[in-house]
Amino acid sequence: MSATAGPPQGGAAKNMEPRERRTTITPAHGEGAGGQAVQLRADFDLIASWVQPGERVLDLGCGDGSLLKRLIEERGARGYGVELEDAEVLAAIRNGINVIQGNLEQGLSGFDDQTFNHVVLSRTLQTVRHTERILSEMLRVGREAVVSFPNFAYWKNRMAIMAGRMPVSEDLPYEWFDTPNLRFFTLLDFEALCAKMDLVIRERQVLDDAGHLVTEEPNFLGSLAVYRLAR
Amino acid sequence: MSGVGIVAAQRAHFDQPLDLKGGSVLPAFDLVYETYGTLNAAKSNAILVCHALSGHHHVAGRTADEFGKPTANVGWWDNIIGPGRPLDTDRFFVVGLNNLGGCHGSTGPASPNPATGKPWGADFPVVTVEDWVASQARLADHLGIDAWAVVMGGSLGGMQALQWTLSFPERIRHALVIAAAPKLSAENIAFNDVARQAILTDPDFHGGHFYEHGVRPVTGLRLARMLGHITYLSDDQMAEKFGRRLRTGAGSYGFDVEFEIESYLRYQGDKFAGVFDANTYLRMTKALDYFDPAQDFDDDLARALARAKAKFLVVAFSTDWRFTPARSREIVHALVHNGQAVAYAEINSAHGHDSFLMDEPHYHAVVDTYLKRVKL
Repeated sequence: MSATAGPPQGGAAKNMEPRERRTTITPAHGEGAGGQAVQLRADFDLIASWVQPGERVLDLGCGDGSLLKRLIEERGARGYGVELEDAEVLAAIRNGINVIQGNLEQGLSGFDDQTFNHVVLSRTLQTVRHTERILSEMLRVGREAVVSFPNFAYWKNRMAIMAGRMPVSEDLPYEWFDTPNLRFFTLLDFEALCAKMDLVIRERQVLDDAGHLVTEEPNFLGSLAVYRLAR
Repeated sequence: MSGVGIVAAQRAHFDQPLDLKGGSVLPAFDLVYETYGTLNAAKSNAILVCHALSGHHHVAGRTADEFGKPTANVGWWDNIIGPGRPLDTDRFFVVGLNNLGGCHGSTGPASPNPATGKPWGADFPVVTVEDWVASQARLADHLGIDAWAVVMGGSLGGMQALQWTLSFPERIRHALVIAAAPKLSAENIAFNDVARQAILTDPDFHGGHFYEHGVRPVTGLRLARMLGHITYLSDDQMAEKFGRRLRTGAGSYGFDVEFEIESYLRYQGDKFAGVFDANTYLRMTKALDYFDPAQDFDDDLARALARAKAKFLVVAFSTDWRFTPARSREIVHALVHNGQAVAYAEINSAHGHDSFLMDEPHYHAVVDTYLKRVKL
């Protein structure tokens, strides 16, 4: 989807549409990895600031292990990651990460209670079917759960819906037909679930799609939410 | 890509007695081994490959015939060793040996007992994984290797890699434990015992002293191998490879070979029984049964592994029902519990327990990627 894509063919107008939509929704950014990288760093900056030297971190859905690598190198953490995808597991091994290949949907059985200081689920909760179970499991094996997810009620997402289309944005970068996301929820929805599950929200940080902290009207102005949860 | 080319076995003699876990003492012994690649000046690039139940020292390359031409005898793990392969011999010095009690040249039940001059036979002691590792450490001394960069193996070989981290924590930097388990289950032991009973009850076994009678317990060994072979394959793989196909297309309502799977198993059994030593087979299965590093730690594997200093790569295969991925995860979770370094890959493969010998792309990529990070 880069600017160097070949010339439009047959149904040019249709082919162009998703790109145009995407740029309309995220005017602050171009498309693709550049904008995404800014966001990832903002997300990781917060998490890194919460990890103390020597602490044990479990990153669920750790991908290539870039967050863990950063926590290990910059924060002196001792990190483990869980990842399902073969290519990501390989990349994590290449990054020298303690990566454990496995499926989060099957829970965290095998991990002992309260083994970790922080259990991180970054931009993954919306792809998990057993939402309550994974949150419970995170707080069984760890003292603190760090959860980030895209806010479906972000104003640009609301606008997309108002315009009659499912949102495609920096934090929801997929089309409806290829998204791995199973759950679409908002800050308010998530906090209602936390109340139902008796989870304590220790801290909440909300970012807009440029990675800037949002302080007012977070459920409207926030594109990505990051929570610290405890029992 | 070609492999390591023509290889030749070497022999090392050890004249210092070896105390065995079972209480007996082996006064002296020989180990037969092969090496591939070059040991660097710092002696920091050595990989020890441990073999499984029926393996030996010919791990890679081809042996030569009397004219120096390569034979068809390719090493049992050739697909992973050689220039540009995961165990890259341009970078690593790879050592494979035949374990003590084996039947491929190292001292074993068919070797002469110095006390009698006759083959040891039944009197050869039962050796354990710990004993093997102790003997392999002698081989490391012989080769001038203070610490292995890597000790690795599949199945029973993986157990030896694990044991290395416990017996000699300072002499191993990385352990690759593949398709293994921290101990056998009752079901695993049950299969092993049926295999042993097949051998022990063969009239040609003669209590293990069959060499003197000029016979071999071929029937028992063949049955043992057929049974073992079933446990190395997967149900899916058998269904795909053989299904219910008949050799002649129709049933004869008799007991000759009819189904393709019968034909395959009998072939495998015959091939194995023709070359393998029954006393060795008994001892290899016993070594498996006895392996249980957590036994002395109230069955707490994490406590047992706490003294390991190596970094671990643990690999399991989806269709392996002999040592399921859950068994590998026991090792992984014990290491995680202790805060030790471990990576774990669970490979989708159709080939059951035997997958560790196959050229599965993701599997080899995992080993390759991990070994590229090993500092020399």
